[in-house]
Amino acid sequence: MTANQYDAIIIGGGHNGLVAAAYLARAGKKVVVLERRHIVGGAAVTEEIFPGYKFTEFSYVVSLLRPEIIRDLELPKHGLKILPLPSTFTPMDGERRGDYLASWDDHDLTRRELYRHSPKDAEAYDEYAPVMARAAKAIKPIINLIPPDPSSLHPRDLFNLLKVGQYAKSLSEKELYTIAKLVTQSSADLLEEWFETDALKGTKAASGIIGTFLGPRSPGTAYVLLHHYMGEIDGAFRAWGFAKGGSGGVSGSILNAAKALGVEIRVNASVKQVIVKNGRAVGVALENGDELHSNVVMSAADPKRTFLQFVESRYFPEDFVTSIQNFRTRGSSGKVNIALSELPNFTALPFEGKGADSALHRGAVSISPSIDYIERAYDDAKYGQISKRPYLDMIFPSMIDPDMAPPGEHVLSCFVQYAPYDLEGGWNDEKRNELGEAVISTIEEYAPNIRKCIVGMQVISPKDIEAIAGITGGNIFHGELLLHQIFFLRPVPQWVDFRTPLKGYYFGASGAHPGGGVMGAAGMLAAKEILKDGNW
Amino acid sequence: MFQLKTTPFHERTSKLCLPQNWRRWAGYLVVGSYDLTLDREYWAIRNSAALIDVTPLMKYMITGKDASRLLNRVVTRDMDKLKVGQVYYTGWCDDEGKMIDDGTISRLDETTYRMTSADPSLRWLSMNAVGLDVEITEVTDEVAALSFQGPNSRKVLNKVADDPVDGLKYFRLMQNQVDGIPVTISRTGYTGDLGFEIWMDAKDALTIWDALMDAGQDYGITPVGILAMDMARVEAGLFMIEVDYTSTSHAWIEPQKSSPFELGLDWTVALDKQGYFVGRRALEREKREGSAWKMMGLEVEWEGMEQLFKSVGLPPQIPGMAFRGSLPVMVGNIQVGYASTSTWSPLLKKYIALAHLQKPYYEVGTNVRMEITVEHHRQHAPAKVVKLPFYEPEWKKK
Repeated sequence: MTANQYDAIIIGGGHNGLVAAAYLARAGKKVVVLERRHIVGGAAVTEEIFPGYKFTEFSYVVSLLRPEIIRDLELPKHGLKILPLPSTFTPMDGERRGDYLASWDDHDLTRRELYRHSPKDAEAYDEYAPVMARAAKAIKPIINLIPPDPSSLHPRDLFNLLKVGQYAKSLSEKELYTIAKLVTQSSADLLEEWFETDALKGTKAASGIIGTFLGPRSPGTAYVLLHHYMGEIDGAFRAWGFAKGGSGGVSGSILNAAKALGVEIRVNASVKQVIVKNGRAVGVALENGDELHSNVVMSAADPKRTFLQFVESRYFPEDFVTSIQNFRTRGSSGKVNIALSELPNFTALPFEGKGADSALHRGAVSISPSIDYIERAYDDAKYGQISKRPYLDMIFPSMIDPDMAPPGEHVLSCFVQYAPYDLEGGWNDEKRNELGEAVISTIEEYAPNIRKCIVGMQVISPKDIEAIAGITGGNIFHGELLLHQIFFLRPVPQWVDFRTPLKGYYFGASGAHPGGGVMGAAGMLAAKEILKDGNW
Repeated sequence: MFQLKTTPFHERTSKLCLPQNWRRWAGYLVVGSYDLTLDREYWAIRNSAALIDVTPLMKYMITGKDASRLLNRVVTRDMDKLKVGQVYYTGWCDDEGKMIDDGTISRLDETTYRMTSADPSLRWLSMNAVGLDVEITEVTDEVAALSFQGPNSRKVLNKVADDPVDGLKYFRLMQNQVDGIPVTISRTGYTGDLGFEIWMDAKDALTIWDALMDAGQDYGITPVGILAMDMARVEAGLFMIEVDYTSTSHAWIEPQKSSPFELGLDWTVALDKQGYFVGRRALEREKREGSAWKMMGLEVEWEGMEQLFKSVGLPPQIPGMAFRGSLPVMVGNIQVGYASTSTWSPLLKKYIALAHLQKPYYEVGTNVRMEITVEHHRQHAPAKVVKLPFYEPEWKKK
């Protein structure tokens, strides 16, 4: 084998690319990962933007990283630690301003807290959680199956379709009804059936719009809500977590595992094109002129780059190209990372001293006081504006992992939606400042001392996500988790088993089944399919 | 009024123990957990700095020119090799070579040792000291002890202690001062992470606690109860008397007893040391003939366990804390051993157990099955024999 000859070439050193590479190397294959940046990790990176303050730049929480990946690749040995985020605080608005709604990792504690606001909601919550958990559980086996292509007569597809059918049959009518509703309703409709407390509905609705260009009143958003629920039923139990060292800690541990398995990593290796010979992928040409050869090329980039940029479209059927062109990758969120000299003090639950033991700061803080608040934020975005009062999901990584900031100082990771990719007038420094200001002035309403705590700030727009992490459209899931873009429709009907119309070319990333959320599932499943094909 | 016995840290710990989760430990009342769930405390051990009150450890000062002779006679390790400033972990046996107890021995100077144990040991030590020039004093009440564990523990100690602890090696100790108060700091612990134990005069307990808590707040210091420590010690492959083995002084029947070899403590049995020690002949014989049992690690295979739950329509359910109940371990239809402590490992995302296994099933890689309860039914989940510890970060000994 010559130096540039491999069993598999993986385009993109994000966590899915690294996972796929590790699984292939584990099976004894010679694998190279090509990353265009100087660091691997893709959207799961941690960088020290200001000296001493580590920013988990893009993605910032993990809940869905598959436990079997953690075990198979022995990630804890390679440094992975997922630290629990025990709570979410939602400061309240309107008449209830000055109060908060908390949810805890303890069900009863959460119910008692809800009772403080609404005895009715407290009881509904008791029922809601198991209904959602059961629905998530009912959907989970479907996630584990290679999605069948309903229009195919291939025995595997028929078999899988049969399995899904059989499985669906095993569900009770009530469960099917719940699932049917969950995939069609808006999250607002769903939540309004259950609850009356605005802050509760707002916070729950928020998780139904993350990564979509929709509002809580848009149909289909209830499913996203469920998608996020998935983590709670997986391999024991705790929901959202923060990886030690930020999301770079996840990629870092997968990188170490991959390297230990013999994977070659090439950074600053921008891919120009996939080399096609006799109708099949046979290698990759880099921007620097190098050529690498392999009968297996997997892209862990987003669908548009994978199919419209790396490969000439003449190698794909026309309708396939059209489908990819229509695949919705509208980025709708940004990220503001802030270095803090001290913790901002929230009026809803103030601390004394330095706040080192503040329960509020140990978990997430959600600025989502009501469904209307979020829908209004969406209204701005619909017409190409940054939300004046955006939805914010904040965590203080340094409270969970003190090594993220200098001793006694802090970092704040702030997910912000909506910041539309297609901004009226386009993104520039001024608009980026506007986004930063919208975030700070929003926080200021609940934590008035925020401004004087700020040491430094990094504002990331969807354009920046696209430019830095290389995700077309800057969508955090590489494509919205919309009903018509999930399951057997992701990324394109008929091409959902990580194979593509181009022989030898595979696709295993967030834009493939089963979707994003620092899950690693697409990378793992794609690697397994590649091994099954055995093109060696 | 009758009062339960509390430790010198009680004034602080009792204010922080919000769920009133108290546990008994050797006659003392100690905190089980400071939260309703154990996550935060467990992760403080693995990620930042955990402050644990371990005062109930039995402590003895052993002094005199024959101190080393006494210890050499009682314990299985070679005490002539223990240098001043060094700490040994060791077990000690009865004359049948079965474990009475285990603990640490610190050599404070040429003729002064501090020994810790789980059970009262004064009588046993005194019985073995006949004719020796040695004084044995119990100091359990007089010496307060804090276990300070986790990757950030060293940074915090460096902030409060007069002398830096950077140079303090694994299983070594140093005399130091905190706020002008003398303390002994040993690089020891029961978690398998970077960690220290701080030994102080009981009257200084609160001052030291406050100094650590104050200096530690920028480093994620967290008071931690013994339940989270119980999870960490299983990951570290460390066992507990009366849970993972039965002391000969409490065993009712022979099979309840364990030799150090059977517990995997081969490395602590110094058969090459000079002279007689309690249990020597029995241990020599066992070394020659091989051991019938061995304590090993078990990793339950998650997918196999998931299947068992799936067959009744449930997601896997395992206790979120260490479970101190005996669980049969099978090969085919034959019971080949039992797990004595099992726990979910939040770090490894695995269900793990310490298990006593019969020859030849204790070989690494052996496939066994461990009992689990699935919806009120006893089932056996596939598991693999692995060597201990389950988790050993590189910084533990660095």
